[in-house]
Amino acid sequence: MKDNGLKLAVVAIFWWAFLPPAAHADNVAVRNCNWCHGGSAEGYTPAPRLAGQRPQYLEQQLAYFHARTRDNPFSRQYMWGAAASLTPQSARQLALYYSSLQPKAANDGVPDLAPLGERIYQEGMPDANIVACVVCHGPNAEGVGQIPRVGGLAYSYLKRRLEQWTEGYHAAAGPPMPDIASKLSPDQIEALASYLSFVK
Amino acid sequence: MLAPWSEPVRSLKTFRTSRAMTERPPALPNRRAIKTTRRRSALIVAILTIGVVGAGRAQYGIAASSQDVQAKLSYCKDCHGPSAQGYRGYVPIPRLAGQQPAYFENQLKAFIARRRTNNVMFNVANSLSPSMVAALAANFHSLNPPPIGGAPQRFVATGRNIFQNGMPDVNIAACAACHGPDATGSEQIPRLAGQLYPYVIKELTNWGKERGQNPARPDISAVMSPVAHSLNKEQIEAVAAYVSTLR
Repeated sequence: MKDNGLKLAVVAIFWWAFLPPAAHADNVAVRNCNWCHGGSAEGYTPAPRLAGQRPQYLEQQLAYFHARTRDNPFSRQYMWGAAASLTPQSARQLALYYSSLQPKAANDGVPDLAPLGERIYQEGMPDANIVACVVCHGPNAEGVGQIPRVGGLAYSYLKRRLEQWTEGYHAAAGPPMPDIASKLSPDQIEALASYLSFVK
Repeated sequence: MLAPWSEPVRSLKTFRTSRAMTERPPALPNRRAIKTTRRRSALIVAILTIGVVGAGRAQYGIAASSQDVQAKLSYCKDCHGPSAQGYRGYVPIPRLAGQQPAYFENQLKAFIARRRTNNVMFNVANSLSPSMVAALAANFHSLNPPPIGGAPQRFVATGRNIFQNGMPDVNIAACAACHGPDATGSEQIPRLAGQLYPYVIKELTNWGKERGQNPARPDISAVMSPVAHSLNKEQIEAVAAYVSTLR
């Protein structure tokens, strides 16, 4: 019995010592990200929530920040510097780590606008040439692959992203988003951002 | 609807024959006045016709403006890809580029009539006028981007064999027999070349659930039911992988 306990302790110590660097919250890189993105990566305006985000999306965005393709003002001000010395391997591990955290909905949208947002999200508005977001982002806005989870993100962040695509900032999120956003009116953007901020 | 200019002449005739000899007929309107009235009335009718038809052109099937078509094309491409090559969203969104126009139009009608079940496309199809559908069909047919690809390569050889030769011992015809040896289809038979791997799998697997097997709403796609039903999972993956590589 005593030997088994010792063996277990040795295995545990070796496992802990050889963990991949970014796989736990004490890692320096993670602490640096949490500085802006929040202690549990739930977001801290203007930095968006990272917890529970799709790992391929995070990895891809870090690459875009590193290459300076994603060029809206906050990216320029904060993320270009933050991603400047990231290697692809550390980007992948950060992405895997943050995707494993439990996301919490921001719940900070305008409740009265949420029903219109839900209608746009789930059904689209074919007469206005507005697509149904559900087709790519999923029924609970959870995303897939490189398509991000947009459910539960902060109202102000979602609103700003949709607006920025109409202002000509670089896509970086994939071909259709600037074109899709350009068909939305300001009221529809606020409705969508509100609805999504409440989605768990 | 009778043009108003015919009325004064007719009523005048009736008046004269019915009341002949009993009353002094009223003074005849002069011929020049009749001509002017006819012309003015004709003009009014023409303007009204143009106004009504112009306003309702979407419903009456008169050609949608090229601006409307471009806007609608851009909308379709938001999901179906910038060159209609398809897109792997949360659900696989099929390639429309190079698709047979008759098949394209049939599917949109099937969505509307719920012979093919898809809630998103039901809404989309209901917003399209017949002339818009025809314009979209022609536009998509003319596109030819390279396939998205991404299917596992190890399935392709098996898929080619099934596609070109069929499986006679289990009574499955060669796909090529109807879809063409290059899988470009014809008329109501769809093009499969370059179609998305996950989309073809989804369609063949779910054929009975999605495509009008309701006897009350017969649909031409029922012809695929026995084939889809007979193929097993590996065969479906193989055929899907093969067609997804074709240009």
